[in-house]
Amino acid sequence: MTAALRFDPIRLPEKCEQLRKEVRAFLAEEIAAGTFDPHAPNREDNDAPEFSRRVGAKGWLGMTWPKKYGGQERSFLERYVVTEEMRVANAPTRRFFVADRQSGPVLLKYAPEHIKMDILPRICRGEVCFAIGMSEPNSGSDLFAAKTRATKTDGGYLINGTKIWTSSAHIADYMIAIFRTSPPTKENRRHGLTQFLVKMKQPGIQVNPIGQITGQFEFNEVVFTDYFVPDDHVLGEVDGAWKQATSELAYERSGPERFLETYYVLTELVRAVGKNPDTRSAEGIGRLVAQVHTMRRMSVSVAGMLQAGKEPVVEASIVKDIGTVWEQQLPHRVRDLAAFVEETATNRETLEKQLDFAIKTAPKLTIQGGTTEVLRGIIARGLGLR
Amino acid sequence: MVESENIVAETAEKIFADLADAQTINHDKHGAWKAPLWQALTEAGLPLSWVPDDLGGSGASLAEGFSVLNVAGRHAIAVPLAETMLAGWLLTQGKITSPEGEMTVLPAGPKDRVTVGADGSLSGRARGVPFAKDAKHFAVLASDNGGISIALVDAAKCRIESGVGLGGDHNDTVTLDKVQPVTTKSAPKGFDQTTLMLMGGVVRSLQIAGALESMLDISVRYSNERVAFEKKISKFQAVQHNLARLAGESAAALAAATSAADTIASATSFDNDAVFLEAASAKIRCSEAAEKGSSIAHQVHGAIGFTIEHILHRYSLRALAWRDDFGSESYWAVELGKLVAERGADELWPLVASR
Repeated sequence: MTAALRFDPIRLPEKCEQLRKEVRAFLAEEIAAGTFDPHAPNREDNDAPEFSRRVGAKGWLGMTWPKKYGGQERSFLERYVVTEEMRVANAPTRRFFVADRQSGPVLLKYAPEHIKMDILPRICRGEVCFAIGMSEPNSGSDLFAAKTRATKTDGGYLINGTKIWTSSAHIADYMIAIFRTSPPTKENRRHGLTQFLVKMKQPGIQVNPIGQITGQFEFNEVVFTDYFVPDDHVLGEVDGAWKQATSELAYERSGPERFLETYYVLTELVRAVGKNPDTRSAEGIGRLVAQVHTMRRMSVSVAGMLQAGKEPVVEASIVKDIGTVWEQQLPHRVRDLAAFVEETATNRETLEKQLDFAIKTAPKLTIQGGTTEVLRGIIARGLGLR
Repeated sequence: MVESENIVAETAEKIFADLADAQTINHDKHGAWKAPLWQALTEAGLPLSWVPDDLGGSGASLAEGFSVLNVAGRHAIAVPLAETMLAGWLLTQGKITSPEGEMTVLPAGPKDRVTVGADGSLSGRARGVPFAKDAKHFAVLASDNGGISIALVDAAKCRIESGVGLGGDHNDTVTLDKVQPVTTKSAPKGFDQTTLMLMGGVVRSLQIAGALESMLDISVRYSNERVAFEKKISKFQAVQHNLARLAGESAAALAAATSAADTIASATSFDNDAVFLEAASAKIRCSEAAEKGSSIAHQVHGAIGFTIEHILHRYSLRALAWRDDFGSESYWAVELGKLVAERGADELWPLVASR
């Protein structure tokens, strides 16, 4: 076989089910207390720092990290359960989601000890928010075209340039960003970029919000002007960020957030059609349920392989490719079926509002965190086509 | 599937590699390959994998048998291996000893019925029965007033209207007119036609997933050989992205089918929502993948893949044909949709998350 793709039928272990109950009970309490509305999908508008701290107090942030940094040394499969329950409930996770999924693991791997001891426990307590500084005005999918400079100076670097489409930069305490420390070489155009930890909310950083078609202001332009970063904030190898960027991607690409972003419209459709759907509605719902079930089984399978220490890079890219395409199409398929919902359905207005929001959200799902085109290139390489 | 952990599947793989080479079969106009292949499969005990020793079989586990079916799908096997395995499994549910030779099951669709008369004879019509013409015996699921029976029937006593399915294999209509079965037993409690359809659906899902794996494999290989516009077509981004999508469909089918098989292999009963979700979803998603995946495989191959000489159709047409057996994806989608609606909106996520 040229392509030995593996999607073993991995199940979440029994202890996950107890955890799931705890997460559901916690979320039910938060909903009852008015922290968030599970029927309102625009959770990104809801910056909930106190909620973030309460999630941290439960031990659900940095769950897989070593205890000495505030973690719980639990498995990726347990983290998976927390992530999917939060996502399905439309919980306001923006404060901690990036730090927990992505930034923390980068710090764990590349930050000096004193920085790990300083920041990781605060992530675990839900106290700090992270942003990721990758894209620039002329560098999106082509990450290695980044031009924002980090110029060596006494004891550190001076940063000049602009990052763009940076989610949560306006509330973030830190950003993990790549900056150009050397020009690319003839042999390797990926050479010359370095990963840095950047403290936000300082002079020399200007954050300009950018409006989105959903009406939200969730991403930003971040302008650096002679902003100083000390030497110990370099993460990993100077000029060698390209070696580091790919290893964490499997975690980022295959999680439940990669197919559940618009899931709420399916739940609401089922509510709207009631107990006795007509044939068309039943068939439509049946197909969508079969598809989401399959996506989840694929995603859990990748999580299980990651837990077992494997690097299912191609499988993870496949999950994100078909998962994001699916969650992008979902509101449109639900809209098709909703056309036949009785006028008397009590949640009709909720469903319509949700569809409106989901249809506006849909275009970004196949762009953020690696476009469909980039993913298919990675899959093609894995198939031996490149 | 995990060949290295499964000696039964390894055995099957070896037999198919030796005796069912796709090129050889495709050029054999007279089907001379069939008898030696069936003999080797029989000697290895594979057709009766799911029948315990005391009922005439080789007593492999459900999981081992499912792996064999995935391998059989990868080779698009055109002898009634899956059908005989399923028939043996059905007879075993009724504690009926399996005979030697090719078998198939009926009904092969959710809408057809066979009924038991007062004299114990069987009547009814089953359409789209795979390999009925090649079978010596049928394993039949029949209903009478309030009960379900499992019967072993001599194929020679039934009227068989021969047909050919999309994949070129026999796909026949079987009519039973007061046929006296060889043996009839009551089905175990809770076992009904839905149970048989779910199991048959998972069998077909594994075969479809296997065929898609092969379609991906031969499409990738072909794209790395074929030159157009002075370069290998695998270097064109449009072709790469098509193949990436085929990989996605193949992966989805494999994940859905193996997950459902794993669920059935470890379930104590078919009568629960988890089995229904897994098995119905597998048939739905694998059938959808068969459509999307086979169209990409053909697109990558261009005209050569449309010829009878090329092996692609062995996989693509069978994958498409298998969609129709034991309930199509449309049928299962309606049934799954009804179940989800019946349970209610707030039970949907707990059901999905339970798997």
